[in-house]
Amino acid sequence: MKAIEFRGVSKQFEGAPRPAVDNVSLSVDGGEFVVLLGPSGCGKTTLLKMVNRLYEPTSGTILVEGRDIREGSVTDLRRGIGYVIQQTGLFPHMTVAQNIAVVPRLLKWPAAKIDERVDTLLALVGLPPQEYRARYPAQLSGGQQQRVGLARALAADPHIMLMDEPFGAIDAITRTRLQGELLDLQRQLHKTILFVTHDVEEALRLADRIVIMRAGQVVQYDTPFNILTQPADDFVRDLVDAHDILRQLSQVRVATAMTPAADPLPPDDAPLLHPDDDLREALSLFLRTGANSLPVVDGDRVVGRVELASIRARAEDNRTPTASPKMP
Amino acid sequence: MTYLTRYPDRVLELLRQHLVITAIALGIALLLAFPLGILVARRRSLDVPVVGVLGVIYTIPSLALLAFLIQPFGLGLRPLLLALVLYVQFVLVRNIVVGLRGVDPAILEAARGMGLSSMQSLAQVELPLAAPIILAGVRLATVTILGLATIGAWIAAGGLGVLFNEGIAQDNPDKIQAGALVIAVLAIGLNQVLLWVERWAGRWRTG
Repeated sequence: MKAIEFRGVSKQFEGAPRPAVDNVSLSVDGGEFVVLLGPSGCGKTTLLKMVNRLYEPTSGTILVEGRDIREGSVTDLRRGIGYVIQQTGLFPHMTVAQNIAVVPRLLKWPAAKIDERVDTLLALVGLPPQEYRARYPAQLSGGQQQRVGLARALAADPHIMLMDEPFGAIDAITRTRLQGELLDLQRQLHKTILFVTHDVEEALRLADRIVIMRAGQVVQYDTPFNILTQPADDFVRDLVDAHDILRQLSQVRVATAMTPAADPLPPDDAPLLHPDDDLREALSLFLRTGANSLPVVDGDRVVGRVELASIRARAEDNRTPTASPKMP
Repeated sequence: MTYLTRYPDRVLELLRQHLVITAIALGIALLLAFPLGILVARRRSLDVPVVGVLGVIYTIPSLALLAFLIQPFGLGLRPLLLALVLYVQFVLVRNIVVGLRGVDPAILEAARGMGLSSMQSLAQVELPLAAPIILAGVRLATVTILGLATIGAWIAAGGLGVLFNEGIAQDNPDKIQAGALVIAVLAIGLNQVLLWVERWAGRWRTG
């Protein structure tokens, strides 16, 4: 069973010349981190907001954990899905603890359980509960507000999280740190995450798979590595094409670029990669050791291999002119 | 100032009447203004008809409004309460509308997205966020009613205005001064208390 499944979903806003979302079919596996990427107006946010029924599709069906989301009450659906938006989404008149407690209170959890949950979540997002419980959002920095937003979305322990450009209004340094923390959290929690951004590097760094959208349609749905190495068309190529290939490689995790393998464990001093290493680190290891292929080791077992040739394919791709001849 | 010290019981009784009139008028005014304000806040098309009409009522001189209401309702408490309630609707409704409309749409969407029903969103998010502005309206309405209620004496509704009437009729400035002093202290005191409430309701803003 898929965690989220879109079947032929379209959304036509009244008075708009074309549908915001145009016949989208795709599915997201449980525990998968999927990023919706595209320029503004491409329909990524509309697609996201149809999952918790902030928008209703004009046609098509959306299934969450196998169930049509139109069955059952809309508030129950929403209470079961974590929702994070840009930093303005915190309730400014509620303290940090009250903000986090909103959904548990709606679900009528006992007070003691809510208190405990608030402390657990604050610790999880790196804000010492004693210091932050009683503060108001106005007393927090942007990065801290977003941590509270994340804790609030996690409060009732939903399986699915929807994140709408959560780091969009945050300075670059804090954003990078929050991205790292989100990945750490995801490794512990294994949520199914649907994450909207227009920031290519953010998408490459966070996603297990990226959905690239243009004019309401899905152009490509693949791993960050495959999107870099095998862009579906010129639009994708232009979108992900940064000039600095090394910088780009540094955003892609080995885990999303390896081919699965179950080789025997290499000897202690042999060069090896970790799934959380990035491809830039992998490339430097290739160059240092002269190897053509490196094992990826997680804990005490080999989980896959990365080939130098596949990274080179990307670099060569970049060297060739991308402009295709156009018919007049 | 001798009237106040010589007849404290009479002044206290009139003060009690005055406070009862103020409380009842304010209570009815709020019961009316909240549903009306919430409705108008959600429907922009009601702006001109509702707030416009209330604005016109607000500009009618209070004595004229009272005189107008005596015809159908006679003398006594009823026309006075009606006049007071009508008079402050403009301030109350306008502030409720402005307060609710001022809530950031992103916050409303967060509330909806998290699974608050529209009543829960109103009670737990929108009204608390609008509270400082709404309370500013309540403060203004309270002080207005307090002052305006003195005209109740003209139509035999009681209250501290009785001291003004008698003072004028008997050419007794002492009575007028006593009434004015009590009203002034009351108005300033209530205004201050409500100002504190207002600040408390907006304590999250400054941080």
